[in-house]
Amino acid sequence: MKKMMLQPKSETELVEMIAGAGGPLCIQSGGTRGFASDGEVLSTRGLSGVELYEPGALTMVARAGTPVAEIETLLAEQGQRLAFEPMDHRGLLGSDGEPTIGGVFAANVSGPRRIQCGAARDFLLGVRFVDGMGQVVKNGGRVMKNVTGYDLVKLMAGAHGTLGVLSEVSFKVLPMPEAAATVAVVGVDLAVAVQVMSAALGSPFDVTGAAYDPVERRAYVRIEGFAGSVDYRVGRLVADLARFGAVQQVDDSESLWRCIRDVSAFHGNAGDVWRISVKPSDAVELAEQLQAEALQFDWGGGLIWVLVPAGTDLRARIAVPGHATLMRAGAETRGRLGQFQAEPAPLAAISAELRAKFDPRGILNTGLMG
Amino acid sequence: MQMPSPNTAILARKAELAAKLSTVLPLDALIQDEAETRAYECDALTAYRCPPMLVVLPRTTQEVSDVLRVCHQMGVPVVPRGAGTSLAGGALPTADSVILGVARMNEVLETDYDNRVIRVQTGRTNLSVSGAVEEEDFFYAPDPSSQLACAIAGNIAMNSGGAHCLKYGVTTNNLMGVTLVMMDGTVVEIGGAHLDAGGLDLLGVICGSEGQLGVVTEATLRILRKPEGARPVLIGYDSNEVAGACVSDIIKAGVLPVAIEFMDRPCIEACEAFAKAGYPMCEALLIVEVEGSEAEIDHQLGLIIEIAKSHNPVELREAQDADEAGRIWLGRKSAFGAMGQINDYMCLDGTIPVTELPYVLRRIGELSKQYGLGVANVFHAGDGNMHPLILFDANKPGDLELCEDMGADILKLCVEVGGCLTGEHGVGVEKRDLMLHQYSPEDLEAQLKVKDVFDPQWLLNPAKVFPLSVTEGRRAVELSK
Ligand SMILES: Cc1cc2nc3c(=O)[nH]c(=O)nc-3n(C[C@H](O)[C@H](O)[C@H](O)COP(=O)(O)OP(=O)(O)OC[C@H]3O[C@@H](n4cnc5c(N)ncnc54)[C@H](O)[C@@H]3O)c2cc1C
Repeated sequence: MKKMMLQPKSETELVEMIAGAGGPLCIQSGGTRGFASDGEVLSTRGLSGVELYEPGALTMVARAGTPVAEIETLLAEQGQRLAFEPMDHRGLLGSDGEPTIGGVFAANVSGPRRIQCGAARDFLLGVRFVDGMGQVVKNGGRVMKNVTGYDLVKLMAGAHGTLGVLSEVSFKVLPMPEAAATVAVVGVDLAVAVQVMSAALGSPFDVTGAAYDPVERRAYVRIEGFAGSVDYRVGRLVADLARFGAVQQVDDSESLWRCIRDVSAFHGNAGDVWRISVKPSDAVELAEQLQAEALQFDWGGGLIWVLVPAGTDLRARIAVPGHATLMRAGAETRGRLGQFQAEPAPLAAISAELRAKFDPRGILNTGLMG
Repeated sequence: MQMPSPNTAILARKAELAAKLSTVLPLDALIQDEAETRAYECDALTAYRCPPMLVVLPRTTQEVSDVLRVCHQMGVPVVPRGAGTSLAGGALPTADSVILGVARMNEVLETDYDNRVIRVQTGRTNLSVSGAVEEEDFFYAPDPSSQLACAIAGNIAMNSGGAHCLKYGVTTNNLMGVTLVMMDGTVVEIGGAHLDAGGLDLLGVICGSEGQLGVVTEATLRILRKPEGARPVLIGYDSNEVAGACVSDIIKAGVLPVAIEFMDRPCIEACEAFAKAGYPMCEALLIVEVEGSEAEIDHQLGLIIEIAKSHNPVELREAQDADEAGRIWLGRKSAFGAMGQINDYMCLDGTIPVTELPYVLRRIGELSKQYGLGVANVFHAGDGNMHPLILFDANKPGDLELCEDMGADILKLCVEVGGCLTGEHGVGVEKRDLMLHQYSPEDLEAQLKVKDVFDPQWLLNPAKVFPLSVTEGRRAVELSK
């Protein structure tokens, strides 16, 4: 028998469905991001639509199930964008479906520009969500600065639906720059690449991307802004980075960064995919420990995408501070290793208690985050 | 404003508490003398004062942990304190509380330019964090006007902002990790030099929690390379509305200045009298600052000036050199001090959608007439964070209350147009009783649950942030001891 899917059309219906749930719920929206739990599927896809867009205030309010594509189209019409550059997981995970804005924030999905402008969580201004008892909660608002009470907005960003199901999000958007350009330092190994990226990120030139491709042996640095300013800064960087190796300008900056964002290099390859967050300078030592089949480095070295044979416990090989998330693997591996890294005991206890407060019946994405 | 009456059972155990604390602290870290504890009776919201029972000034995370463990065992409320510059009464003690000041914890623990982070003890002042990395041309971005005095501890607790937050974000966007001591003495490490939380974003909820979830003793902060240069332009208009429209147009045009500051006539006059910055006398002044190389600055200012001109400014002054840039900022930076010279004032901090600026400024003008109290406006216009300063006479009976009523009306107005009660100063005691205008009881309950997890007995700064009526049942735990 095909499983029924709960698909509320309004926040009121969402409340009823959660309050009336008899067992665990698997909270999904587009279902493209590879985070799932056991239980009846509850999809927020039906809660769709942009409710408010004020280009002059750089803010948008949208229902959680609104497709990212719809939002990006609206923003582009006004010369604006989601500056934190959320990745599209479909190619990497082989998932289909339509990515939604609620999923972006629930999973705190950010791309290469995260190092310069912040993560999804830094752009989320306000939320409405329904907790595990079916109670609607609002936090934050739609203004840029807000310290009124506790910041549950941050808590909800990256909670992967375990504290409540997002019904509405308001967020900050930014103007699209006039121009973008990328320089590559070619023929460098990881150790040098990390130095290149560190030098670029530590320059006054407002770098908005710093990534390394170990196959091509190229370190990439992106600059965005007004055309004249981009030219100027590219010139300065080319001169400055020449001490590390030959420097070239990349022709198609836009598609390059889309590939880096979506980890295109791993698409279709067999094996498990991990995502590791560390201090950038630890990347060199860590890369040795990982015994990976393939690697990609973003965020100046601080974000490492790793391809390893299926079933590998990568965390057991990591001896530097940070955390590793299992992004793509079979059900057995996911169950055995957990998608999220276990937190140190005192933090795990706090997180567990928070979940127990917001979802006392333990029905929202049960077990996904611990 | 009401504070809970002190718990007499706790007051009666003062000597016992002091004795226990003296076993875990060096002699000079425990202050019992009433003449000395009086120095901690208020923060920068000076209208409310109450000396604490005791003051402790630990030097290490271990000492903080020991102090909290002792207070936890005895059921004594603790009010954390940084530099005491809160404008919301966040560090205001109750008579039965211990003030835990971190001012002596002011070391830089690690500077790491390769990874662009600094780790400090939180008693360190905001400006001296930038000072510590200045020789390498780096800086710590959040820049509250109080940065010379305020501590990172208070910045984290209040999620403080500043003039340059339009580009660089507020504290929470620049905070990467903390050492947090929980009320029972447990020490936890959250975050670090890597980006993004592994599990739930606990760092995000601790930042801005006003000293109610734990005592932050160390912090990892993001540092940035200084831009090549920066230059402000001063733009004057003959009405607030037009200045507000200009701000909105600048933002819409896709130029993203690092700061857009706004001053109205009463503020301009006070600043001019105080700082003699050479401001033109007009209804509204904007200071717009951009960064980059000389050519980049020229280009961006060119675009801004073009927009400004389309609104017919009465004054347009581009800084020609560092000296002139300094003078343009001088008046703005001394605004609070200047107002303090001529009057008692209450500083509000509501935030509104930028598009509502003209309407809200007009309504504030009307409220000013209605209450018969002057208002000077000086604020971060780029992000809609208003700072109306309501002028009153502290010596005139009833004036403070009148001023508070008017303040409440202005803040309700901010909420009405889609904004919030406080953009960067925090709720403290000052806006505590207005919380139900922004949030429903259920919304607040969700926040209280978070405190229940971190501090089940509600001993940390318990009388702040939420209306007392809302927290009564929870705070009663402590009274029943
Ligand atoms: C003239 C003036 C200008 C100002 N300008 C700005 C501005 O531009 N932007 C802005 O955002 N603010 C501004 N403020 C407000 C104030 O400076 C900030 O709120 C500042 O962050 C407070 O820091 P503090 O160290 O003085 O904290 P305190 O006043 O000592 O405490 C503030 C809060 O932090 C808590 N706290 C203190 N230490 C800790 C700790 N170790 N762990 C946990 N909680 C702790 C306290 O309990 C209290 O709730 C201004 C204030 C003044 C007087």
